[in-house]
Amino acid sequence: MTIRPLDPVQALERMMLIRAYEETLIDLHGRGRAAGTCTSVGQEAPAVGVVSALTADDLILTNHRSAGHLLARGADPGRMLAEVMGKQDGYCGGKSGSLHISAKELGVVLTSTIVGGELALATGVGLSRTMLSKPGLNQPGIVACFFGDGAATEGRFQESLNLAAVWKLPILYVCENNQWQAFVHRKETMLADGISGQAAALGVESAVVDGNDPLAVFDAASSAIDTIRRTGKPFLLEAMTYRLRGHFEPDDQGYVDKAELAHWRDRDPILCLRARLEREGRLTADGVAAIEARVRAAMEAATAFADASPYPGLDALTTDVYA
Amino acid sequence: MTTMTVNDAISVALAEEMRLDPTVMIFGEGVATKRHDLLAEFGAARVRNTPLAEGIIAGTAAGAAATGLRPVVDLLFAPFLCYAMDEIVNSAGKLRYISGGQFKFPMVVLAMTGAGWGVGAQHNHNVESWFVHSPGLKIVMPSTPADFKGLMKSAIRDDNPVLVFADIALGYSAGEVPEDADAIPLGKAAVRREGRDVTLVSYAKTVGTCMAAADTLAAAGIDAEVIDLRSLKPLDEDAILRSVAKTGRLVVVHEASRLCGVGAEIAALVAEKAFTSLRAPVLRLTGPDAPAPASFPLEQAFVPQADAVVAAVRSLVAEPATV
Repeated sequence: MTIRPLDPVQALERMMLIRAYEETLIDLHGRGRAAGTCTSVGQEAPAVGVVSALTADDLILTNHRSAGHLLARGADPGRMLAEVMGKQDGYCGGKSGSLHISAKELGVVLTSTIVGGELALATGVGLSRTMLSKPGLNQPGIVACFFGDGAATEGRFQESLNLAAVWKLPILYVCENNQWQAFVHRKETMLADGISGQAAALGVESAVVDGNDPLAVFDAASSAIDTIRRTGKPFLLEAMTYRLRGHFEPDDQGYVDKAELAHWRDRDPILCLRARLEREGRLTADGVAAIEARVRAAMEAATAFADASPYPGLDALTTDVYA
Repeated sequence: MTTMTVNDAISVALAEEMRLDPTVMIFGEGVATKRHDLLAEFGAARVRNTPLAEGIIAGTAAGAAATGLRPVVDLLFAPFLCYAMDEIVNSAGKLRYISGGQFKFPMVVLAMTGAGWGVGAQHNHNVESWFVHSPGLKIVMPSTPADFKGLMKSAIRDDNPVLVFADIALGYSAGEVPEDADAIPLGKAAVRREGRDVTLVSYAKTVGTCMAAADTLAAAGIDAEVIDLRSLKPLDEDAILRSVAKTGRLVVVHEASRLCGVGAEIAALVAEKAFTSLRAPVLRLTGPDAPAPASFPLEQAFVPQADAVVAAVRSLVAEPATV
């Protein structure tokens, strides 16, 4: 298949929107207007890189750090903010909060905040893709399942990859290895340097990519997706990245090694891509300013929308329990 | 009218529903091996063996249900649901609500429960009330082959997760099943025997215990009404209250242990809504707060017996009237 290229300037703008969204949320929380949240600051590249490689028919399962995945998919930041603030116009009517936003209209299914829960459900979504795919469809939809290195220490990781391999389910497992498992560094809970090594033992092909370079992620994801569409088999892509903020806002990161944090701040995916595009002459200072202005305006509009949205009526307490 | 066992009734219901709806499928450990008739008729895509991993089986069902299939999963023995608790309770039961009603979860979880095979506590544990206590689920626990068939059909057609507990001692019990019988609605109790003096409420194998007790009581001139709940959630409150309004006395009989069991709920329901009808205290006859033993006589002693029901009713009838 032909891989449509990723426009690096558009990728940068999308990453900047994700960063601005999460910074807005942190600010709203600081002012007591939104609940605390788990951000994905520093992890914008895997979100934009992988989601840009998907087609509209593909489905996404994600986890508690989902804002990047949703916004990369084109979610409306106003409806996202409204959801986090518990408002009626949020994607889930205010019932999800920040941790479990799903948006059927965007193909974002079943955001799970039980760590590893998305891995258990992904096989089922893959199964329905397989069972319900129309004959003659030359590009049947795949399933992208985002999880972290913490989820990879759960038994469900092994169970999920094993079943997906045995049943040949079209799942792109995306491990955003951000080095942190809540308040515990990955090196404290696993001896291996990454998790992709486990894939081969389960019969799943894998690749590792620089998770702070959205263009590299896009290329790796496109290639993985092409393999999945050709073979019908699952694939594991491990994106090595870093969680630049704490586990849950607010978090002083007192437990984080200062030198390690500094090292990864120098590799901030947004700053690095911007510098590269400026260096290559593909983006001017005016261009950057224009993006910043657009992102700021989008977040101002989003905040105004969320502010204006009413809280759900109290009858919503017991609606949507059963279909 | 055909005579068949409970096990056959479940298979017949599955076959009929799979014929009607191509999205119905079944998977679980040994399913394709044991239900070879289904495998022969519907093929290996719709009748699948799985690894021995209840969590991924249930999670796969939840993911598949959310995206267009109607899976039935066989998790074998009820205590194994502990391994699948997260997927059943946190995912299947909650994600409709969390998503603001965007997704539905039309799935069925089958499991064997109760005494009868001497299989010991890790294979024999009546866990139904755990799931009754969890929002978003429906729980069925029938007592006759006809009900198993009719309720399985409803469970498969229902757009919500339904747990069907099959009492192991009933598996090979036979009964008449009308050939043209269709689905039996969830949430409707059956009056197995009409009576004026006392209401015996039960479900699964202890319905038979209550029927035997009612025969003995009838010989002594005490007229017992026997109600088979069939569905524990939704619960047919009207059937219970209507009967107690008539008889003024209630004994609840089940094999699961007493503390926070279904009997506690029924006793509280009657205390709240039919207090003035009561002519005697509500009694519960249940299994003990102990793991189930493997030794056959101990296992039988675990289950409330007909003579205990008779004794309980006699103690109530001897109570002086309170109104």
